[in-house]
Amino acid sequence: MFEGYTASELGAIFAMQGFSGLSLFCVFLLMALGLAIIFGQMQVINMAHGEFLTIGAYTTYMLSTLSEQYAPWFMDYYFFAAIALGFVIAFVVGWLVEFSMIRFLYKRPLDTLLATWGLSLVMQQTFRSTFGAREVSPTLPDWLLGSYQASEIIEIPINGMLVVGITAILTSAVFFLLFRSRWGLKVRATTQNRVMAGAAGINTARVDRNTFALGCGIAGVAGAVFTTIASTGPTSGSLYIVDTFLVVVFGGAASLFGTIASAFSIAQAQSILEFFLSGSMAKVITLTAVIGILMLRPEGLFSIRVRK
Amino acid sequence: MATLTQRLLGSRGDLLALLLLAAVIFLVLPLTLDIFRLNLVGKYLTYAFVAVGLVLCWGYGGILSLGQGIFFGLGGYCMAMFLKLEASNPEATAIQSTPGIPDFMDWNQLTELPWFWVPFENFGFTLFAVLAVPTAFAFLIGLAMFKRRVSGVYFAIITQSIAAILTILIIGQQGLTGGVNGITDLRTLLGWDIRTDSAKYVLYFLNGALLIGCIMLGRYMLSSKVGKLLLALKDKEDRVRFSGYDVSNFKIFVFCVAAMFSAIGGAMFTLQVGFMSPSFIGIVPSIEMVIFAAVGGRMSLIGAVYGTLVVNYGKTVFSESYPEMWLFLMGALFIGVVMAFPNGLAGILKSDWLRKLFARPPLAAIDGGAAAAPAPANPARPDAGDDLPRRPAGAGR
Repeated sequence: MFEGYTASELGAIFAMQGFSGLSLFCVFLLMALGLAIIFGQMQVINMAHGEFLTIGAYTTYMLSTLSEQYAPWFMDYYFFAAIALGFVIAFVVGWLVEFSMIRFLYKRPLDTLLATWGLSLVMQQTFRSTFGAREVSPTLPDWLLGSYQASEIIEIPINGMLVVGITAILTSAVFFLLFRSRWGLKVRATTQNRVMAGAAGINTARVDRNTFALGCGIAGVAGAVFTTIASTGPTSGSLYIVDTFLVVVFGGAASLFGTIASAFSIAQAQSILEFFLSGSMAKVITLTAVIGILMLRPEGLFSIRVRK
Repeated sequence: MATLTQRLLGSRGDLLALLLLAAVIFLVLPLTLDIFRLNLVGKYLTYAFVAVGLVLCWGYGGILSLGQGIFFGLGGYCMAMFLKLEASNPEATAIQSTPGIPDFMDWNQLTELPWFWVPFENFGFTLFAVLAVPTAFAFLIGLAMFKRRVSGVYFAIITQSIAAILTILIIGQQGLTGGVNGITDLRTLLGWDIRTDSAKYVLYFLNGALLIGCIMLGRYMLSSKVGKLLLALKDKEDRVRFSGYDVSNFKIFVFCVAAMFSAIGGAMFTLQVGFMSPSFIGIVPSIEMVIFAAVGGRMSLIGAVYGTLVVNYGKTVFSESYPEMWLFLMGALFIGVVMAFPNGLAGILKSDWLRKLFARPPLAAIDGGAAAAPAPANPARPDAGDDLPRRPAGAGR
């Protein structure tokens, strides 16, 4: 499949596809970060995770429409407000969902999967009834448009760079929260041994609730970022949910580094294959390879070895 | 050891339930519905094969597969390929640039039949493939997963991904598979027109008989040692393993059985509905089939059939008149069944409060219970109101 390209052309193709793979990588990683907390730490399967992403995306859309109408001077800055608001709304909804549903199902992981799938259907229909079935996109501020000319044939869009930047910030924030903070210690203690953690004075029910809500809040931020590269529809979050779960499982559920590595490899493989094959075949080959590797290493790429 | 008939039919109560189901399928529905509606019910009953299979592998074995659509679809596609080849004989396709191949291949500039289509010109091979291809695929998945001790949510996610991959593959390879439209325009089975009303009746009854057969087979399986072991490994897998059983073999077996049931359903779907498309394979249909089993009762083979009928009836009614409401209702059904009624309709029927509602209260309840109740509505007839305590005051608990 490489015939007919010169070496420099191939290099440019790889660089540009690599960059478009980088934005796919960011989408995967942003979604997987929340899941890595909810699924990786709590072992809860949240099939409605994509819908929390959509919450963030619609928040951005609403904020952009509002500021376009009432406060045009705010257009340059609304995006940052949207990120914060997306986090808050998704966090609150996640908190309520944990309080009303998830906490009764911790002992039945397969049932959590079904119940949250039902939740995702309800949320999708709510979006459809509120915002309509058509896809919408917010008006992006001027400074996000355009692209940066790196060399004669390589062009890098600015919104792509912003996405990469925010992903990097968010990833390190999650890392510090989980592995360097007092709160992360409580979360990890609770998941490793609930009874002992409780005996040591940790309010495990509250830790669960906040952990779940935080994972949802991160999905909300991901949704806000998502609007800069794609339009938003009622089902846009659920498009990625299966891929994201594969990303988390492939990386090794409890390992943040594994999640990053697997998101990167899956996104790059898919993006580079896409240039040479059709989009659907690229996806088929990538996912099949992932499942094949998972059969050889069921615990994922990076995992703590546990004898079962 | 129970005799073979007992193990196929179950206890007296089970037999009654089975007879009732047979009466509903073979008498009540055909007598009350016109052929269009009956054909629709026949279509729903093909999903019931999947639900029955899910009761075996999910309810009893504890293996939640979110990819049963794969096997339903593979069975359906095998049948559809045969019917399509029969429908595209050289006379009917004379206007194509390559007569004798299915129309969608001609549209995609194929000039000869792909190799894997060729054996499907033979009906015997097709029947074999309907059962063998999905089962073999399930065996491969099961072998790879269960031998590596992948289970629980991981298995669910991976089967779901396989369903997604298969859908993408079928849609992407339009020339070979008919793409997103699927294989349509199927007419005859060995020269017998399947679109006539009489053919639809015959297929409906054949479908019902196969379904009852599958339920009996499932019951036989559950009454055997395999059934006991399945339950045991659902509850404490490690203990079964430490008792010296190879747990993975049992899981593979039940997964294959579930796949084979789904495949029969898929083939009957193709025959009754007249087409097969990737929209019956992917993530959404696969997970909907799980909800059929969950609503009916994940531990009840017969409940799964009723669950399928009830949910699909609801879907038809609501999506005809209030399409917006349907997704809300479907979502609420998922949440409600899982949280409040984990054993579905069958669980409600077998639950204690219902039994107490219909059972005569023992004498002790009339004496002691009524006296203990704060304000008996009608002390003279203590069994009249539903709010009276039915539990004997001194007994139990």
